[in-house]
Amino acid sequence: MSADPSGRVAVTGLGVVAPGGIGVKAFWELLTSGRTATREITLFDATGFRSRIAAECDFDPALEGLSPREIRRLDRVAQFALVCARDAVEDSGLDLGAAAPERIGVSIGSAVGCTTRLEEEYVVLSDAGRDWLVDPAYVVPHTYDYMVPSTIAAEIARSCGAEGPVALVSTGCTAGLDAVGHGLRLLREGAADIVVAGAAEAPLSPITSACFDAIKATSPDNDDPAHASRPFDLNRHGFVLGEGAAVMVLERAEDAHRRDARVYAEITGFAGRSNAFHMTGLKPDGREMAEAIRAAMARAGAGPDDIDYINAHGSGTKQNDRHETAAFKRSLGPRAYEVPVSSIKSMIGHSLGAIGAIEVAASVLALQHQVVPPTANLHTPDPECDLDYVPLIAREARLDTVLSVGSGFGGFQSAMVLSRSGRA
Amino acid sequence: MSGAVAVTGIGVVSPSGVGADRHWASVLAGRTAIGRITRFDPEPYPTRLAGEVRGFDERGHVEARILVQTDRWTHLGLAAADMALADAGVDPARLPEYDMAVVTAASSGGTEFGQREIERLWSRGPRHVGAYQSIAWFYAATTGQISIRHGMRGPCAVLCAEQAGGLDALAHARRLLGEDARLALSGGTDASLCPYGLAAQLASGRLSRGDDPARAYLPFDSHAAGHVPGEGGAMFVLEDDAAAEARGAASYATLDGYAATFDPAEGRGRPPGLRRAAELALADAGAEPADIDVVFADAAAVPELDRRESAALCALFGPYGVPVAAPKTMYGRLYAGGAALDVATALLAIRDGLIPPTVGVRRLADDCPLDLVRDRPRPAAVRRVLLLARGEGGFNSALVVSAPRPSRARPAHNGGGHGHEPTDPGRPEAPAA
Repeated sequence: MSADPSGRVAVTGLGVVAPGGIGVKAFWELLTSGRTATREITLFDATGFRSRIAAECDFDPALEGLSPREIRRLDRVAQFALVCARDAVEDSGLDLGAAAPERIGVSIGSAVGCTTRLEEEYVVLSDAGRDWLVDPAYVVPHTYDYMVPSTIAAEIARSCGAEGPVALVSTGCTAGLDAVGHGLRLLREGAADIVVAGAAEAPLSPITSACFDAIKATSPDNDDPAHASRPFDLNRHGFVLGEGAAVMVLERAEDAHRRDARVYAEITGFAGRSNAFHMTGLKPDGREMAEAIRAAMARAGAGPDDIDYINAHGSGTKQNDRHETAAFKRSLGPRAYEVPVSSIKSMIGHSLGAIGAIEVAASVLALQHQVVPPTANLHTPDPECDLDYVPLIAREARLDTVLSVGSGFGGFQSAMVLSRSGRA
Repeated sequence: MSGAVAVTGIGVVSPSGVGADRHWASVLAGRTAIGRITRFDPEPYPTRLAGEVRGFDERGHVEARILVQTDRWTHLGLAAADMALADAGVDPARLPEYDMAVVTAASSGGTEFGQREIERLWSRGPRHVGAYQSIAWFYAATTGQISIRHGMRGPCAVLCAEQAGGLDALAHARRLLGEDARLALSGGTDASLCPYGLAAQLASGRLSRGDDPARAYLPFDSHAAGHVPGEGGAMFVLEDDAAAEARGAASYATLDGYAATFDPAEGRGRPPGLRRAAELALADAGAEPADIDVVFADAAAVPELDRRESAALCALFGPYGVPVAAPKTMYGRLYAGGAALDVATALLAIRDGLIPPTVGVRRLADDCPLDLVRDRPRPAAVRRVLLLARGEGGFNSALVVSAPRPSRARPAHNGGGHGHEPTDPGRPEAPAA
């Protein structure tokens, strides 16, 4: 298969594990209802932490079909990814057993990998932090798999029978978008015919919560968890940590049409830029994100007037929401004031490396259903955030082309353009 | 921009030496850089040897403000990146900001930094975790810090595939240069030599437990019994070859072929993917096996993995059909940094017309009929190199690098050159091969 740098790539299968319910249906119902899935942390005892709230998944691995060995061996992040990948493949209608294994690729994003199990094992080996020289006699066989995050992608590859290129993409909080973008590249360069692409994160552990506490990035609004994630609201106090995964099956559009597959949407452009400014800080001008958006639109052959909806990063930190608003104005000009913009993090929190793929899934579903999910908890507009953020209530709209963006630690900015199937 | 991609700068932080020249001299001398672990007391551990980067004073490479925000793995990456840029003669401030990409491989992130912060959390409580854990431990830390340090605002990436990731990162940088980037800083480093890092590596079951540095890491040997862990890695400046030529930059090599494959799940009755990765990389380079002058092997030193790699090489080249190098026997497996360091060593082999030795191996395993270049460097015209790397869990990557035209090549250093005896210091240096 020869390379086609502007080839059309279709999303033909979808699997989602998100706070508020497992599966694509529950995910879309939550998003369009405007309800929120943020709550007090139950996964560990968060007493003594600054932020004690999160968007957790009600995930029972046995109920989701994982075997006892998978449950024992795999960190929660890999369990999420595995369930999503199986769902996505089933949803695509592809029989991967009949496909050439060499032509199946995998691209999975994660920012912090198997951090939960890494911490749990450390606690045992160090006797709760007492011994710097940890005791190797207590090490369990899969500890090395937790240290190298690539095992998450490897697990998906084995599950799907993929023997083509397999990647674990780990660009922090843009990893989800970047992993899907990597899948797009693998198809366009002809390295694979089918790519299982997406991202997963399960960061709700003491060390992850503590490290975001330390920089006051997460919301301390512990008394009202359901309303704590407030992107673009004047009274926003930081992001609410989340968890989850989304995985999709990508194919060349012509292959999908040839087999009469249901095509959710096409991915038409992707680009990344970096701010080279600060590992966590953002300048208010949104310059580099705007550049990523321009580059993604150029690759998609789309202009500002073609964009019908922006699925925002919208983390709910003071800096991000201003930065992003400026980036939309800078890249779309006057069109920025006409396009609906929303942040699903208001409902399902910020699941770090997973959220970009989950937001791509939301964008795909928005195109399919012709509905824009709302920004929940947006009651008091911030004068510095003066776009149409679709507050509280989902909105029907004609959507042909959608933009999904991400921004993360390290200064990374990513943008992806998706279109309704059938549009050139 | 669809042309060849040239490597115009190398930066090395290796147990064998800080700086490409020191590393190369030590490797050519056949000196082992493996020794007893000094970063902590290794006595309680069944593995006590490692390839540590000694003589690396991070304060000389990273300013104090950044030092405290970063793990050793990132210190090594920042230092290697600086060296690569200096070697390439590139001043990033003079290049368009969005045209510069940064792509690194990570295998285990800021392990030592992370252990320190988790220790604080569990021994003293959540409020004692420092502000920099959020940016020091995660796998993207090195790419982010390099991007910031040099004002590189183009596309950035981080790929993880354990040891194979080092090749994947370079291939991804090549991909970005085929899009709209003009220059990429790419490579990988790793530094997991802290107690928890070593304990986790022990869980892989692949570490050598030997106590003799000269005989602890013996790939393809009948006594192969695991690898010695190491730290360090390499970074490179990659440029569109025509653009590099236009600015008068010499080139070490061009990145001509790449492929990545994944092993089938056990019990499927399908062949492992390493051979196919090599074949696809050769096809991508438009090369035949006969064009390859040396293979830098993955060299796992786990008997079954050695047998598989040997079988792949024999299928492509025939038994004893191509010189095979495993200089990592002198400094250990550096994971994400290891494959990158192999590339650096291969580029120096091309430059100087010398295949670096594999040390310690005395008797090849019966199922490894390989022309392993042992003990002393072998002079040879090294025009094309195949590099293989495997990552824990089933990752296989292969990269083909080719010598530049003689007029573009870096001049060979003393002792280099196919068929030449070591040159005397007064003699002008000539291009290799």
